[in-house]
Amino acid sequence: MSDISFVRTEMLPQKDPPASAVGVVGWMRANLFSGWFNSILTLVALYFVIQLLMGLFHWAWVPTWSAASLPECRDIFEQLGRTGHNAGACWGVIAERWPQLLFGFYPNGTEEGTVDQRWRPILAFVLLAVALAPILYSDRVSGKLIYFSGAYPFIMPWLLWGGTIWTPVAVALGFVVGFVVYKWLLKSTSELIALIVGVVSAVLWWMFAASLLSSGLASIMPLALEPVQSRAFGGFMLSITIGVVAIGLSLPIGIVLALGRQSDLLIVKTLCVCFIEFIRGVPLITLLFVASTLLNIFMPPGTNFDIIMRVFIMVTLFASAYMAEVIRGGLAALPTGQYEGADSLGLNYWQAQRLIIMPQALKISIPGIVSTFIGVFKDTTLVSVIGLFDPLNLTNAIRADADWNGLVWELYGFIAFLFFVFCFGMSRYSMYLERKLQTGHR
Amino acid sequence: MSTLSDPPKQSFRLSMLIYDTRYRSATIQVVAMIGFLILVGWVISNTVQNLTDLGKEPSFSFLSEPAGYDINQRLLDYDNQDSHMRAALIGLLNTLLVAFLGCITATVLGVIIGVLRLSSNWLVARLMTVYVEMFRNVPVLLWIVFIMAIMIETLPAPSAFRGDNSDAAMHVMDSVALTNRGVYVPEPLFHNSLGNVSVFGDAAVRFDISLDLIAFLIVLGGSLFVSTKIRQWADAKQESTGLRPTIWHIRAAVVLLPSVLLLLVLGFHLGYPELKGFNFQGGTHMRNSLIALWLALSLYTAAFIAEIVRSGILAISQGQTEAAAALGLRPKRIMNLVILPQALRVIIPPLISNYLNLTKNSSLAIAVGYMDLTGTLMGITMNQTGRELETVMLGMLVYLTISLLISSFMNWYNNRVKLVER
Repeated sequence: MSDISFVRTEMLPQKDPPASAVGVVGWMRANLFSGWFNSILTLVALYFVIQLLMGLFHWAWVPTWSAASLPECRDIFEQLGRTGHNAGACWGVIAERWPQLLFGFYPNGTEEGTVDQRWRPILAFVLLAVALAPILYSDRVSGKLIYFSGAYPFIMPWLLWGGTIWTPVAVALGFVVGFVVYKWLLKSTSELIALIVGVVSAVLWWMFAASLLSSGLASIMPLALEPVQSRAFGGFMLSITIGVVAIGLSLPIGIVLALGRQSDLLIVKTLCVCFIEFIRGVPLITLLFVASTLLNIFMPPGTNFDIIMRVFIMVTLFASAYMAEVIRGGLAALPTGQYEGADSLGLNYWQAQRLIIMPQALKISIPGIVSTFIGVFKDTTLVSVIGLFDPLNLTNAIRADADWNGLVWELYGFIAFLFFVFCFGMSRYSMYLERKLQTGHR
Repeated sequence: MSTLSDPPKQSFRLSMLIYDTRYRSATIQVVAMIGFLILVGWVISNTVQNLTDLGKEPSFSFLSEPAGYDINQRLLDYDNQDSHMRAALIGLLNTLLVAFLGCITATVLGVIIGVLRLSSNWLVARLMTVYVEMFRNVPVLLWIVFIMAIMIETLPAPSAFRGDNSDAAMHVMDSVALTNRGVYVPEPLFHNSLGNVSVFGDAAVRFDISLDLIAFLIVLGGSLFVSTKIRQWADAKQESTGLRPTIWHIRAAVVLLPSVLLLLVLGFHLGYPELKGFNFQGGTHMRNSLIALWLALSLYTAAFIAEIVRSGILAISQGQTEAAAALGLRPKRIMNLVILPQALRVIIPPLISNYLNLTKNSSLAIAVGYMDLTGTLMGITMNQTGRELETVMLGMLVYLTISLLISSFMNWYNNRVKLVER
């Protein structure tokens, strides 16, 4: 009947895949040598990488860490039998000058009659991490820490600039006064009036009562740190300070500007659009020129506040405009249903913003916000153009020293490395945050 | 139904300005406007007061005074007896020059890197990731001074080219010299030049137009026009008969022959740079500062453009490719007809805003001494005349104009390619 003489009754055992398709060989065939073009590409890239790494290693792996000057480095190279202009790296300059690259001219106790004050910026930045913890890792630390975050903006300037503690306390009390007045008026009158009167009373406090209070308290209980002049600020400390101030202030200002740009109020909207487009349309360097030459002309005759403060103002304005555009993107990305849903619940404008709109819009804008942060931090190097001693300008100051005259690569490399670490860390953190807040719109 | 009461009277009460949502927005706007006007008035009155105290009444008359400084890298003729206005114009052209060069190289590099980052080759993809992260996470100013340092420290001095057994050699058939004073490349010259035409006589904006260039452009434009006509003729022929005539050789001849003929008639030749005395003579000299700025801005912006290109390509879903393949299109046509038109819609707006960033970053030229608008108008002119207010305001205005022009172009493009929904 049938030609079938043999029918297998059990399954054959699976065979291993061919040796060329698994393991290291398989991976290399798939990812490195999958065709003649890819193979050439791989070989060229490999040659390039090896050349680069070997050159870099040859240059960087030299025992010059303890050298006290460039001529000493050259002696070491001669003993090693190396000659030429770029025989090797002279790491002595980093070993000797890294405190200066980090802290600029902040008092370090080497001058007669001064004490090492560098614990203050270190403490300020450690406390910064503590203050940021409840915002960055809200699921891992106690919620009570948020009160410390609120106090931090007053602690940081006191630590960095010194002076009596009562000045920041008096300034902080202004916010308390404004808030109390607002809450108290809210019981009897409309929100708008309460807000305006609250702001006015806080401003009045700062204009008249604050300085009296702080000088009075200072004479009763002198609790002060040694004051440090702004011009002593420098190095990465200056970059981080400008970055932190600009970033911290630009977020709330940016939110307000973004809401203004989205609002139905024509005049408010026009003002916000003009401000944002103007700031985004000009290079930061021109704004820094405004800080260094024009800002004092705009102020009442006689005012002369120092250059770092002016740079803070201009960099903050600059960052706010970019932040506003990022947040506007987040607001625009929210479905209209969210706004309508908030309205139908009977929430008023600010309640809707606070409870419904902003949490979602800010979440959407996280990548943009972080890249604005990174951009601002990188842009702090521009202050070297108007003569502040940021890390880049400090390299000129270090080269002016006869011991280190002629060094280029070591200093630039070190600075670039530190910037890379900061910025790369921030961008990785934003990716982590995005994943953490991902609520699954897929 | 006597419980129904009369509707409330619609008469206006003062408190409605605050409590009634219909009037409250007007109140807020008026308050904002008044606050803004007070602020502006305060700043203006302060400025006037301060400037009067300093004895510097605002005036732009300094623009017509002799500048008194030299600009070594320039596109138009200029000497130190020319006015500040002329110097600012030279600076502006330098800004536009480096922005133009930078945008082109950044785009080419960025597209290559972005595509290679998606490569199936593991090593190449990783290498490009390293490139992108390295350039994006280090300030552009650092790259500018770094590349400037490389040019000054590693390239040979012009004297190294002297003699038969010199330490350094010129590149590309002895026509390009890379020195630590800059790069010398051949320049186009004409034996039977048609000469130049000066426009605007003696004014600050005067410039010369090379008639050779004009003639060349006219001929090239004309032949391109004819070439397009030939293509349209071929298209029409194909539509009516179904057969496409072979036209590529005709089109190539139409485009190339007239231009080559014109160059021959004009006696086109290249002027090579030569070492004479202590420096190179002849050829076009691109200074270190220009090269460093150009390279740094291109490499830095290329990292951003690479990311844009990558995300643009990834944004087109796989289904599009598969659907096009199902229609029977070949891979090259899938790319041209399906993927690229959609990817470009995603890529071009951020690309243009990166061009804008590059143009604004070109103001960092001041760090390496390239005389752009910031270096001339807001640098030396400001220091020499002491007119901070006027120079900075003028400089900001120029940058703002450039930015607004570019962004209005972007808006126009966005509206043109926007998907029309419903």
